[in-house]
Amino acid sequence: MQNGAKIEYDYSVAKAFTFATILFGIIGMVIGVVLAFQLAFPELNYLAGEYGTFSRLRPLHTNGVAFGFTLSGIFATWYYVGQRVLKVSLKESPFLMGVAKLHFALYFITILLAVVTLFMGITTSKEYAELEWPLDLLVVVWWVLWGVSIFGLIGIRRERTLYISVWYYIASFLAVAMLYLFNNMAVPTALVSGYGSILHSVSMYAGTNDALVQWWYGHNAVGFIFTVPIIAMIYYFLPKESAQNVYSYKLSILAFWGLLFVYLWAGGHHLIYSTVPDWMQTMGSVMSIVLILPSWGSAINMLLTMKGEWNQLQTNPLIKFMILASTFYMLSTIEGPIQSIKSVNAIAHFTDWIPGHVHDGVLGWVVFMIMAALFHMAPRMYGREIYSKSLMETQFWLQTTAIVLYFTSMWIAGITQGMMWRAYDEYGSLVYSFIDTVTVLQPYYTIRAVGGLMYLIGFLMFAYNMYKTATAGRVLDKEPVNASPMAA
Amino acid sequence: MFHWLEQRPFFFAVAVFLVVAFAGIIEIIPDFAKQSKPVVGTKPYTILELTGRHVYIKDSCNACHSQLIRPFKSETDRYGMYSLSGEYAYDRPFLWGSKRTGPDLWRVGNYRTTDWHENHMWDPKSVVPGSIMPAYKHHFTNIADVETAYAEAYTVKAVFNTPYDVDINGDGSVDVPLGTWEEAKARALEEARAIAADMKNQSVKDAVARGEIPEIVALIAYMNSLK
Repeated sequence: MQNGAKIEYDYSVAKAFTFATILFGIIGMVIGVVLAFQLAFPELNYLAGEYGTFSRLRPLHTNGVAFGFTLSGIFATWYYVGQRVLKVSLKESPFLMGVAKLHFALYFITILLAVVTLFMGITTSKEYAELEWPLDLLVVVWWVLWGVSIFGLIGIRRERTLYISVWYYIASFLAVAMLYLFNNMAVPTALVSGYGSILHSVSMYAGTNDALVQWWYGHNAVGFIFTVPIIAMIYYFLPKESAQNVYSYKLSILAFWGLLFVYLWAGGHHLIYSTVPDWMQTMGSVMSIVLILPSWGSAINMLLTMKGEWNQLQTNPLIKFMILASTFYMLSTIEGPIQSIKSVNAIAHFTDWIPGHVHDGVLGWVVFMIMAALFHMAPRMYGREIYSKSLMETQFWLQTTAIVLYFTSMWIAGITQGMMWRAYDEYGSLVYSFIDTVTVLQPYYTIRAVGGLMYLIGFLMFAYNMYKTATAGRVLDKEPVNASPMAA
Repeated sequence: MFHWLEQRPFFFAVAVFLVVAFAGIIEIIPDFAKQSKPVVGTKPYTILELTGRHVYIKDSCNACHSQLIRPFKSETDRYGMYSLSGEYAYDRPFLWGSKRTGPDLWRVGNYRTTDWHENHMWDPKSVVPGSIMPAYKHHFTNIADVETAYAEAYTVKAVFNTPYDVDINGDGSVDVPLGTWEEAKARALEEARAIAADMKNQSVKDAVARGEIPEIVALIAYMNSLK
């Protein structure tokens, strides 16, 4: 290709992952809403025999949303952003194109197999690492393919300097590779003994060690799937959509290296008051507080990018999505450290405040940012105007209200439960039996379920808007430079 | 420095990896051996108990129940002695959980009986009015997979030296026998008979009499072993 000629980016893989993002988003969130209603109305456990109980569905929900929806979104944006910031098209390398397509195919098959095996109750029981060893091996294969795609595209790039977003994609790839490999170390029992199910394995680590490795992984899966790649997205899509430069380059650097260094220590906060050594609990607690700095560093960098341009919030709902995402990132990254303080953790741990925290982060930050990214990509990928601005506005307010209902109800529920568990009367006996602390939460579970349902409806509006954009949006004669065009 | 790194993806990636791996090396490795020493009296699970543990995992009981008692008066009053690291030496995987929608179960064997568990799994509301736990009636009909539990016990004995077929406390007798698959199967059935004798569900009793072990029997064996 001649220098100066326009590069023809290839979006076929980005489109495939966009489809997967929406599909798994709907599946994962429908299951989430069912779970929420099951807690409020337990009779709903009996809709599908042993396959419909809360306990069977719960890992399906977390896996569906984390690895079905979020990872798809990460890959979709990578296959879009990667080409653009490296100034190279996938088309130029048949090899990398093949890698990308195989990556998608194997990934998609794995998630479908994950759904089937989890429904059957085939699980290792480690949170966010429930898949059994044959599926783990499959995950490793397509994760490596993603790595080949990242470093392959970097290898043939025309842009010499790696843009910030690429740093974050690289970090996500490397960290998850390390974490996943170590945490999923297991011995397949049928291969050693010659007996039993071929799918079964036993963890390499026992008891306290297993817990330590698991939460080193578990917390950092949050770090390197729900945080780092999403920051990669906002660093690309917010400046692009708003036509503003990133506020501070230095702050980007500090926040990046700070986040990578500190995040890995914070996993210990899942194990406060457990049997892991005290100094690790303390490190987990302290480092979680330190983590506020790099987290807020990125978020403030994003907010300040909009300095003097806040009027765009009124004219462009996509900016609104991204700014709200940044704000929820700040909320979630101040809430997490607060929960890591030992005395707070003593009340918060094991209660509904924890799912509350996870969900204000995921619903407000991760899902909002991914939806905004896909909305921005749609006109460029499909060459069409976004189908409906008013639908996007409605969706925005519906989902924002939904998140507020979700996390406020869970905050109240969690703290109520934590306080009731430890309440003593004047004679030094426990005031409440355990069941008292369950039944009191019924109203909050109902509010949460309603919030979840509203959020799901908003997501369906998003899916419909994307579908109409791809098929019925007004055709654009040239690619929009910044603000995405949308019909009223 | 960063300008230099930004243009050299290889060194950039190496730098990222080192920064990321650092915490794990410092935090995880030093205490590994110490944490895995069993407390005196801790024994590996029998085959039937291990089978029940698999049922517990299969139905993700750990999604709602913890197995970790924190060192607070409110918890020791409610559940019993707080947890010690060495008690978990044979727990692969650990099952501490992260959310208590139901109570902790680490010492449930001390204060619940076979009869209670049977009623509870059949209809939770019959013993705990207001319970939001689903009933697990399918545990009364599904036949448990004892063979996979045997495979696991065999594997941990071979690979991790878990003390099956060993005199752990030095009183001259083997504490938890494993033996061949045939022996293990026979022993599991024997244990199952003792539990089924305390149960009232006739189809479960019949199944055990036929030589089959329904999931509920194994699960109760596991629950009763948590002390």
